Amino acid sequence: MTKVEYTPREFKVVGTRPLRPDGIDKVTGRARYGADISAPGMLVGMVLRSPHAHARIKSIDTSAAEALPGVKAVVTRADFTHQPEDNATADILDNCMAGEKVLYDGHAVAAVAATSRNAAIAAVAAIKVDYDVLPHVMDVDDAMKLGAPVLLKGRKQETVPAEMSDNVLTRNQYGHGDPEEGFKQADLIIERTFKTAATHQGYIEPHACLATLGADGQGDMWVCTQGHYMVRNTCAAILGLDAGRLRVTASEIGGGFGGKTTVFLEPTALVLSRKSGRPVKMTMTRDEVFRASGPTASTSIDIKIGMTKDGKITAATGDYRYQNGAYEAMNGTLGAMTGFAPYDLEHVRTTGWDVVTNRPKAAAYRAPGAPMAAFAVESVIDELAGELGLDPIDVRLKNAAREGTRAAYGPTYPAIGLEATLEAAKAHPHWSAPLGKNQGRGVACGFWFNFGGDTCVSLMINPDGTVSLSEGNPDIGGSRASMSMMAAEELGVPMEQVRTIVADTASLGQNEVTDGSRVTFAVGLATIKAARHAIEIMKERAAMTWGIDVDAVEWVDGAAQPAGPNAGKFPPMSIGEIAAIAANTGGPIAGHHEVNAEGAGVSFGTHIADTEVDPETGAVKILRYTVFQDAGKAVHPSYVEGQFQGGAVQGIGWALNEEYVYGEDGRLQNPGFLDYRIPVASDLPMIDPVILEIPNPGHPYGVRGVGETGIVPPLATVANAVSRAAGIRLTSLPMSPPKVLAALKGG
Amino acid sequence: MSHIHVKTTINGDAVEFLCQADETLLDVLRDRLDLTGSKEGCASGDCGACSVTLDGRLVCSCLMLGAEAEGSKIETIEGMAEGETLHPLQQAFLDHAALQCGVCTPGFLIAAKALLEKNPDPSEEETRYWLAGNLCRCTGYDKIIRAVLAAAKNMRETA
Repeated sequence: MTKVEYTPREFKVVGTRPLRPDGIDKVTGRARYGADISAPGMLVGMVLRSPHAHARIKSIDTSAAEALPGVKAVVTRADFTHQPEDNATADILDNCMAGEKVLYDGHAVAAVAATSRNAAIAAVAAIKVDYDVLPHVMDVDDAMKLGAPVLLKGRKQETVPAEMSDNVLTRNQYGHGDPEEGFKQADLIIERTFKTAATHQGYIEPHACLATLGADGQGDMWVCTQGHYMVRNTCAAILGLDAGRLRVTASEIGGGFGGKTTVFLEPTALVLSRKSGRPVKMTMTRDEVFRASGPTASTSIDIKIGMTKDGKITAATGDYRYQNGAYEAMNGTLGAMTGFAPYDLEHVRTTGWDVVTNRPKAAAYRAPGAPMAAFAVESVIDELAGELGLDPIDVRLKNAAREGTRAAYGPTYPAIGLEATLEAAKAHPHWSAPLGKNQGRGVACGFWFNFGGDTCVSLMINPDGTVSLSEGNPDIGGSRASMSMMAAEELGVPMEQVRTIVADTASLGQNEVTDGSRVTFAVGLATIKAARHAIEIMKERAAMTWGIDVDAVEWVDGAAQPAGPNAGKFPPMSIGEIAAIAANTGGPIAGHHEVNAEGAGVSFGTHIADTEVDPETGAVKILRYTVFQDAGKAVHPSYVEGQFQGGAVQGIGWALNEEYVYGEDGRLQNPGFLDYRIPVASDLPMIDPVILEIPNPGHPYGVRGVGETGIVPPLATVANAVSRAAGIRLTSLPMSPPKVLAALKGG
Repeated sequence: MSHIHVKTTINGDAVEFLCQADETLLDVLRDRLDLTGSKEGCASGDCGACSVTLDGRLVCSCLMLGAEAEGSKIETIEGMAEGETLHPLQQAFLDHAALQCGVCTPGFLIAAKALLEKNPDPSEEETRYWLAGNLCRCTGYDKIIRAVLAAAKNMRETA
């Protein structure tokens, strides 16, 4: 079991809503994102991408491009001379720059660095690639069949049956009990197959980096990324560089949602810089972002659930088939782990399949793999409740996982907040508000694991008593504010006395990527521990000054003071007073903490949506939407609400509009925001966020990550609302107007 | 390619620049004038991150050429605050936590300012439709809409 870190306390700073410290820079245009920086002598880097979904590269002729004016370097895979030591890194390299084959429309085959954008465009156009075009496969069910075009031979794990294609890389199974026996106890069994389309994170800022790499192997990068340590380590492994000689600085990041947790341009930018001897800046166009970054999986899922007349689930099984694009990923495995996680089941068995197809490799997208699984599971639960005439919240409460429940994916839960979100939903005015014609209300639950991981924080007490806090995770949604707040809480000073910065890779130890909703939890934990470390030192300095034992000193409201009358009579020494004489009491004062944080604390949410279905067009309008989610402890409630709202709206887009559309030729047909339509302001109502706080035992303040869970319930919530509005059960996403209209007409 | 000499007024200052015939106004702002507050999210007029006003009219700077700006008055995010005093919309975005990553924020602020100059008292629906050309992927728009409506109220009351 994870160590219990939580102790109840009265908060002074945590739970308030101060202005974010990076706010003024961001409302005045001063904040510097990936593409907002330049270097003297900088070149423009650009990539040539495959127009084919699947082809063997017979030859690449770069001579004409190299001869063009302004062209300083042209590179292909042949310029990546180091062979990565492990398969995972080799795959990342192959995804960044194709080797023998291109595996998807948009796969990089060559790159140039030139003195201007126009010169780079001309150079890219002058590269001649001779392709041997191969058959391609895009759909997960097609790709699993023997006889499907095979992307990568010999990758199939032993657990995958022989009668399946080599495209099926892994099979993973979870569960307990005996589902066949459990189904015998059911009064009603519903089994359905669901399909969901691939979607994209849709961050507004395209990928961008500025790279310098010398012939001596020393380099610097400025990168828009969720993890600059990941960028450093991955580039070093791909290029055979010493990680310590490569310094990476994270820019401000214009959204990621999981899509910036790997590298795409960065190794190529370094190779172009080394070859040209100049700094190289690369930015993706929106077309490139859609075609060649990391969208999410498309899926095909079978769910079977048995239920008694009074709403008890007797057994559940799930078969989760996910295509992850051209290389190995684990979205299907995660789907199989998460789908039934909200429920206390006696008999459950799930299988996750991870399959490759001729699409860009899936990256993480906010609770990767879970939203599609929840869509399928929560749709069947809703249908069972409807058929049995039961309230859908009551059914979920009857089966809800709670402290001590053995999760469908294995572990036993500590204190969790699912029931609290369901009870709050049931009691909320939204649940009992009247509905009009063609309107329906849906509800669904969602789960995400959350994560901790490697984390380093350094907290410096400056000579004037102010505090400088260095963390190593890009601030994607207000985490510098949260860190300053937690440090201020622990030190007993105003938040404004603490300035938090995101340090570069040479300034702190290893930090895991900003993912898994980990930053407020793990970096927060390390921040609190670093503050406690600094407090211990400051107490020692006060004890030394007063000539008393350090055990007789306590820390109260930002100052050291004698602990009780027996310790001696001395006026309190504030941080400022201790810092001012630090040179005479042992030197500068700093706290630090390094940890592989465990105890992230799983997270649950329940959503309610009201929809109206237009019977003439099939268009679905979201009328009202409420999110209930357990935050453990909301450090800055406004930004917690923002996570709930943003996750819900991404899920609404996934449910209703968003979809990767490929032509018969395997080319992406909608690589732009006009045709890949994410929700806009006029599509939506206000999104009402309700924060529940069931403390996470694994964090000193009870914090749980909140970033990802919000996208898990909406797909099912909207589908269930549409079902009740129109009397149709849609099993395929997105529920775009043509599909809804066809369903309304019984098609 | 030869360059074109263009004279404009940007954020109240006379600005002259040279640009090529195929350079967008956004390229000129970002790459030649170092006004990087305007962002490129799509280069096709779909995301609004590059919003500026041209002689008071809201435009996507990625959809017009730099050379077309000859003789015009351009307002960008860098000119929105007056010295250290933020525009009421900027302050409202901070007060209402109306940004997460912040990359769409300059475009939203420019577009919202253009709205309030035309209509000082917009309804929620009018605000949502006016801002439908600006994409935000982080917030779900809730806090942005609240911030704009609050700033409008504040500006009406102090006008």
